[in-house]
Amino acid sequence: MKKQIPYWLVSPYLLYFAVFVAFPVAFSVVLTFHSWNIISPMTFVGLDNYRRLFSDRLFWQAIYNTLRFLLVHIPLQIVVALALAEFLNQKIRGQAFFRGAFFLPVIVSGVVVTILWQQLLGFNAGILNRGLTALSLPRVAWLEEPGIAMYAIALMATWKNVGLYVILFLVGLQTVPVQYYEAADMEGATAWQKFRYITLPMINPTIFMVVVLSTIGGFSLFIEPYIMTEGGPLNSTLSAVMYIYKQAFQYYHMGYSATLGFFFALLILGVVAIQKRYVEQEN
Amino acid sequence: MKLLRYALLLLAALSFIYPFVWMISASLSSEQGIGSLTLLPVGLTISNYTTVFERIPLGRAFLNSLFVALVTTGLVLVLGAMVGYALARLRFRGRDLIFYLIIFTMTLPFQITLIPNYITMVKLGWVDTYFALIVPFVMNSLAVLLFRQAFAGLPQALIDAARIDGCSELRIIFQILLPNIVPTVLTITILTFMGLWNEALWPLIVIRDESTMTMPQMVTLFSVGGRADAQLGVKIAAAVMLALPILIVYLFFQKHFIRSMASSGLKD
Repeated sequence: MKKQIPYWLVSPYLLYFAVFVAFPVAFSVVLTFHSWNIISPMTFVGLDNYRRLFSDRLFWQAIYNTLRFLLVHIPLQIVVALALAEFLNQKIRGQAFFRGAFFLPVIVSGVVVTILWQQLLGFNAGILNRGLTALSLPRVAWLEEPGIAMYAIALMATWKNVGLYVILFLVGLQTVPVQYYEAADMEGATAWQKFRYITLPMINPTIFMVVVLSTIGGFSLFIEPYIMTEGGPLNSTLSAVMYIYKQAFQYYHMGYSATLGFFFALLILGVVAIQKRYVEQEN
Repeated sequence: MKLLRYALLLLAALSFIYPFVWMISASLSSEQGIGSLTLLPVGLTISNYTTVFERIPLGRAFLNSLFVALVTTGLVLVLGAMVGYALARLRFRGRDLIFYLIIFTMTLPFQITLIPNYITMVKLGWVDTYFALIVPFVMNSLAVLLFRQAFAGLPQALIDAARIDGCSELRIIFQILLPNIVPTVLTITILTFMGLWNEALWPLIVIRDESTMTMPQMVTLFSVGGRADAQLGVKIAAAVMLALPILIVYLFFQKHFIRSMASSGLKD
């Protein structure tokens, strides 16, 4: 009896793992070889789903859109979060207030943030465009222009998440021993030199984490484009998860949708592994 | 220099606070007044809120969200503590294997399991039931790891004394040890509750029946489905009601929220 206790305690995990991890992974592989609309029986189609995937313009479009999102989101997030963390990492009054303010969008649902930003980005009455008009600059069609919409969403996502990364960078900055800076001061190092040769190498792990989490976030983007643009204009904001969702629940192509999910998952794992290798080589 | 720093920080803080203040004020403004950028409502009215309730059963969705988030968080705590305790304090064959399974689960992108999990719900007959919203989330790998870490840090004497008194393992976990790791319990509660309260994708997939919908799902469908009739104020009022509960909790537990989210990021 005593010997069985640990197994009783972990049995809920094993059950969960079997039903919601092991089975779906295995079943998703099976699905990639089938065509199925859930109602009629599955039909085996061999490699058709894979062939279709590689010639599917929208699959590549979703990857291209994600890359464009990350191109803006990752650098912007790192620069803004690091700058704000640097500012906060001093003797400064109102620490709690600033942290609390930066964190506001982090805790709120993406649904709320998207509805809010839809108003900020409106062409005629949006706050951003009115600011531009006030500066006598031309208005921008943030959500109507295929070349811009995804970058506007990247801007919004940065606004939503950056508070979390400020905190993570702060934790990172506080691990840098003060003696390093004192020694650098004795040598007469400039502020930029101190940042470049002391701070930056020390917070490299945090930067790596931001890159990885942002990459995963980019491939997980769904509710933002779904509400904001419904993937448009001209599929320019169609995200990976939105395309999976569309194939499954608009067209009932379960086999093909699972193939998409399978490939996007592989892609995420691949990209993260490459990023990890890169960081290990750097060190 | 110092002044510049304050100015920049203040500017940043405003850019995070102002949109929320604008949102609340716009939701209380008449449709003509929404275009204004002021902090106070223009043409003060609650008609946007009454319109939301006329168009969609948001009160019901609120209760659904609350029910789902509370039950699931409770189960995550109970089950997570059991598994975390076994991994941290008991020796048994296969323990390391289970630990690796948890790491594997955490690294697995959800894109691969999304469609098969939906099919599981269909085959179990759980579509349009609370089971579909609760059961897939009752076990949380991060919660297990946080519990494991917290339990590992407690002194063995605590457990030995309880065993001599004849306590069962469940009593040891929930009565003796849990009171000693309240911060971890709070962290897991916040992370789980917040995640569930804000989750929109999964409910959109498994729930079609309006009476079982959660709040984020209903607000999403309301704002993309055309039922807001392009009335901005109504859409914004719905968003405010979705945000308000979590914002109120945040005002009271601000530090805990920040610490919890930071610890979830650092676990990576």
